[in-house]
Amino acid sequence: MLSFVVRRALLMIPTLWAIATVAFFLMHAAPGGPFQAEKAIPVAVKAQLMHKYGLDQPLRVQYVRFLSNTARLDFGPSYKFPSRQVREIIAEALPVSAELAGWALLLAILIGVPVGIFAAVRQNSLADFASMAGALAGVSIPNFVLGPVLVLGLSLSLYVLPPALWQSPASRVLPVVTLATAYVAYIARLTRAGMLEVLRQDFIRTARAKGLTERAVVYKHALKLGILPVVSFIGPATARIMMGSIVVESIFAVPGLGRYLVNAAFNRDYTLVMGEVLFYAALLMSLNLIVDVAYTFLDPRVELA
Amino acid sequence: MSIGIAPPAYIGAPAIESPPAKSLWSDAWRRLRRNRAAVASAAFLAWISFTAVAAPVLPGLQDPTSQDLKLGAVAPSIAHWFGTDELGRDTFARVIYGGRISLLVGLVGTFVSLLIGVSWGAVAGYRGGRLDDFMMRIVDILYSLPYIFLVILLLVFFSRSLIMLFVALGLVQWLTMARIVRGQVLSLKQQTFVEAARALGAGDRSIIFRHIVPNTLGPVIVYTTLTVPAVILQEAFLSFLGLGVQPPAASWGTLVSDGARLLALFPWLVVFPGVALSLTLLCFNFLGDGLRDALDPQDRADVA
Repeated sequence: MLSFVVRRALLMIPTLWAIATVAFFLMHAAPGGPFQAEKAIPVAVKAQLMHKYGLDQPLRVQYVRFLSNTARLDFGPSYKFPSRQVREIIAEALPVSAELAGWALLLAILIGVPVGIFAAVRQNSLADFASMAGALAGVSIPNFVLGPVLVLGLSLSLYVLPPALWQSPASRVLPVVTLATAYVAYIARLTRAGMLEVLRQDFIRTARAKGLTERAVVYKHALKLGILPVVSFIGPATARIMMGSIVVESIFAVPGLGRYLVNAAFNRDYTLVMGEVLFYAALLMSLNLIVDVAYTFLDPRVELA
Repeated sequence: MSIGIAPPAYIGAPAIESPPAKSLWSDAWRRLRRNRAAVASAAFLAWISFTAVAAPVLPGLQDPTSQDLKLGAVAPSIAHWFGTDELGRDTFARVIYGGRISLLVGLVGTFVSLLIGVSWGAVAGYRGGRLDDFMMRIVDILYSLPYIFLVILLLVFFSRSLIMLFVALGLVQWLTMARIVRGQVLSLKQQTFVEAARALGAGDRSIIFRHIVPNTLGPVIVYTTLTVPAVILQEAFLSFLGLGVQPPAASWGTLVSDGARLLALFPWLVVFPGVALSLTLLCFNFLGDGLRDALDPQDRADVA
């Protein structure tokens, strides 16, 4: 087990290098640069800036320096916010994004999994059809439609919740619910499918045959395997939800990672983009590794090779 | 951002055994017709596609760009079913015309992703070995880059014209399709009909595209149906961020985004395009689910 984790963690290094390389050259191949603001800056000033950040050197040189800095986890200062290090910006936005993602995923699991189990044990009943139609609707409503509608209903008409900002606990409700809805629905569908697959297997028949109660069969035997699709979904979903809840961040003015990434990509803020892209890739791979380890605890048939 | 659509249950599952081809498709057709939600969805999609295509010649439909500044924004009424926006433009007409762009983007984007994904997956799976490793590593790396980063860069490369926006969306959507097709091809290429084709002297290209690819059609159709709403959603999401279609053209995403700014005053500007968009996505998803149930030879009416 330990050697598996170590080996996988080491394998992440060449993969991250490949990702860094692809992202670096894509970024630099795109027309435009970090100092092409709306207001034209004097040529001499621009040349000075380019020189200061080494952007006037050949791309090859820049690439080598980028790699050696990255290897020391030093992404440098942001070009758009020169007084701040990329590391500081990420460190500041990360807790916000992590909290938003954490609440949304918690809500999604706490509602989605029970609904999925409920639908699976009553397969083809009216309750099953109704909850799965509801889940499909939940997957289909875009969050930028849901968000404004919730704001309209709960903030602007009923005045029960603040419409934006990330301050009081009450202000967290709408962003979290908006973000969570699609995940609740998706996890309910995954749980149902996983449970149905497991419930028709032989060991479940054996469990029933030896006289276990239906509750014990479902919760003690079937759930452990039926939940596997949800586990493998949650891993990458956590990374995506942290970097990708841009819409929710902009509707509710939440200062998270996603908005920094979009703005940085627009402004060609090379350092900030690379920092965020690599952070995302590392997060994604780590979470996939955690998922693989979690599998061994849930499914005794899985062996880490 | 949105969640990806569930990858079909076929991944990793053995490819469809080949019973007499006629019965598979006619069985599937019979099963699909019995699925009332799927049939209703198909009907709705047919209707909305018709209005989108026929919009310029629909009798009584107002010009979506004609402004009436004196009128301004009015709530839904008999003259303006969905109300008007702050420039006095008829929201109903704007929603119908928005559908033209949203549906077109869904189809073109999906077609691009289909083209790349199927060829990529088929070649990787059929050739195997080093080439397969290399091609699938590229897919893995692209998977590990944040979606929005790729899209923004592509939009910069393509200078944000409408057609290029469509293509850009397709260019970031093909990864899952490539994985699905590769998985299918890996098992198909072991089968005797491929050996027979090779024995008859067929070249690699003709084996891949004339013999193997047609046999992956079931999963590909299902995943394609689920890619269309994903692309529509991505375009709407980009438009919401101001990166999508540029005015005066407007997709459903642009309409929702514009409406959201005036949410407190004129809520109908969000509600109607939002409902049109959500209903369309829902119907595509229902249809995709229905097709999956219908085309899967094992009784899998239960798969997410």
